[in-house]
Amino acid sequence: MTLAHRVLASPFWPMLRKEFIQMRRDRLTLGLMIGVPAIQLVLFGFAIQTEVRNLPTVVLDESRSSESRALVAAIENTGNFRLRGTVDSREEVRRQIVAGKAAAAVIIPPDYTDDIKHGRTATAQVIVDAADPLASAAAIGGASQAGNARSEALLGANRKLEPPVRIRVRPWFNPTLRSSVYIVPGIIGVLLSMTMVVITSVAVVRERERGTLEQLIVTPISRTGLLLGKIVPFVLVGYVQITVILLLGRLVFNVPILGSLPLLYAVALPFIFASLAIGILLSTMVQTQAQAMQMGFLFLLPNILLSGFMFPREAMPEPAQWLGAALPLTYFLQVLRAVLLKAAGPESVWRQALALTGFAFGVAAVAVGRFRKTLE
Amino acid sequence: MSADTVIETQGLRKVFGERVALEGLNLVVHRGEVFGLLGANGSGKTTTIRMLCGLLAPTSGQARVVGYDVMRDAERVRQRIGYMSQRFGLYEDLTVLENLRFYSGVYGLRGRAASERIAEIVEELDLGPRSRQLAGTLSGGWKQRLALACATAHKPDLLFLDEPTAGVDPASRQRFWSHIGAFAARGTAILLTTHYMDEAARCERLAFLLTGRLIADGTPDEIIAHFGQPTLEAVFIALQAQSEAEAA
Repeated sequence: MTLAHRVLASPFWPMLRKEFIQMRRDRLTLGLMIGVPAIQLVLFGFAIQTEVRNLPTVVLDESRSSESRALVAAIENTGNFRLRGTVDSREEVRRQIVAGKAAAAVIIPPDYTDDIKHGRTATAQVIVDAADPLASAAAIGGASQAGNARSEALLGANRKLEPPVRIRVRPWFNPTLRSSVYIVPGIIGVLLSMTMVVITSVAVVRERERGTLEQLIVTPISRTGLLLGKIVPFVLVGYVQITVILLLGRLVFNVPILGSLPLLYAVALPFIFASLAIGILLSTMVQTQAQAMQMGFLFLLPNILLSGFMFPREAMPEPAQWLGAALPLTYFLQVLRAVLLKAAGPESVWRQALALTGFAFGVAAVAVGRFRKTLE
Repeated sequence: MSADTVIETQGLRKVFGERVALEGLNLVVHRGEVFGLLGANGSGKTTTIRMLCGLLAPTSGQARVVGYDVMRDAERVRQRIGYMSQRFGLYEDLTVLENLRFYSGVYGLRGRAASERIAEIVEELDLGPRSRQLAGTLSGGWKQRLALACATAHKPDLLFLDEPTAGVDPASRQRFWSHIGAFAARGTAILLTTHYMDEAARCERLAFLLTGRLIADGTPDEIIAHFGQPTLEAVFIALQAQSEAEAA
């Protein structure tokens, strides 16, 4: 037999043919194989920008002069800050940052203009929410840029040794700018999101694959009863996960737990439920456990990239921010960081808690609606 | 539908895409009757059972089971029927008792009532020796008895058994039929499918399906007489040969 004959007679060919036929029949997996890299590329393209711009910023201008307004303009011109309005007190500055409405604040003291007029160095302050180290780096850079710009404008060609304007940056909540402080609370959210979604979808699909669902759906068990019975055990798993990561974060990374744990655990409940409901929703779209896993990972990608887990959402273009706003994890991350790193209370996180509760009920309703007690 | 009837279908039809799986089925099964649904593979037996259990929606036609419309009142129907699928559908990673506890619970039995019913059914189907064994490690005959136990945990009025004895040894088959006889004697109607003609002969009435159509029903003797064959087996083979000739 010649080599050519041997090659042609090899079982490789029928095998190859069979694989292509199966691949063609399994539309979803095919779609995932092609779609996942494409989606990954687009999402990474959106999200990976290490330079952070558009930090939402509030201004406390106690000087109220043309000089102070020029400084605010110079700060805004750096592009690293986006002004969200003015506030009247330092207390309000703190409230806005704790609640996550602002990531930075510009504080210009009453004597700022007098200092400049009398040739003294005038000092303004930029406060930044350093729970996110990338954001604070951007604030430090932007502040010094704006300070230099104002100094040069005031001096013109007439250079002295002492610059007339100095901006001090004060990082809040994470003064040493350690990224583990920022990342660990995020990991709680991402890990929960991943395991909850994948576990439930696989658990439901496994019943279908093994034929146990057929036996189960001829019983009088209701859809809600069936699905709730399926997911409630995983709520406990979720709480165990939170506890383990919090403990490890505290012991290994020295991540502070400044706020109320009962508050954190309470807000975790709608988040866990929403994630489990998403898992059930995914299970209604797939036939096999392998597909369920793939869908789970597909869902994980935008969660990692767009929720604010790795990159500050302020730095993303608007469409990416909208996508992020449609993810429960986005809200839960805000709560995790606010409670753990800024000791935020219910008054600061109730909006996120409300959004999560809405997600939980909304997705659960859709999932139960899509889940059919038939084999079709 | 009289009080004596547990299944009544009119023009029941099921189409999967282009393929007609069942065409205009009219069927009546009475209380306490052991009714056999016969036919070659792919003749529509499983589709019929699945529609009667509410697992598949009929394309057209009507089916009333234990007095209720199977689509409109699916949950009421499910309260009063038991179903054993062709494939073992219990949890292999649970023990015999755990499966029984789960199913009696799903059917609404709690506490003492559940324990008593489980003890009763374990006794009746002689599952005691294996009660703590994982269902996945049971042999075929035991699995089938466990499935029967779970399907009857709630004492249904009507029991659907889809090829209950496929792949089971003769002694286990015989024992299984004695259980079926006991259920029927207590008034449970049983609709089953089988490829064993000795089992068909033990049914009170039979229906023959040929490529989705009901071509005959009656007692085993009536069927034999109707087709002018010596045995049920001969009827079956002749019908299948005829359908294959028509298809070719």
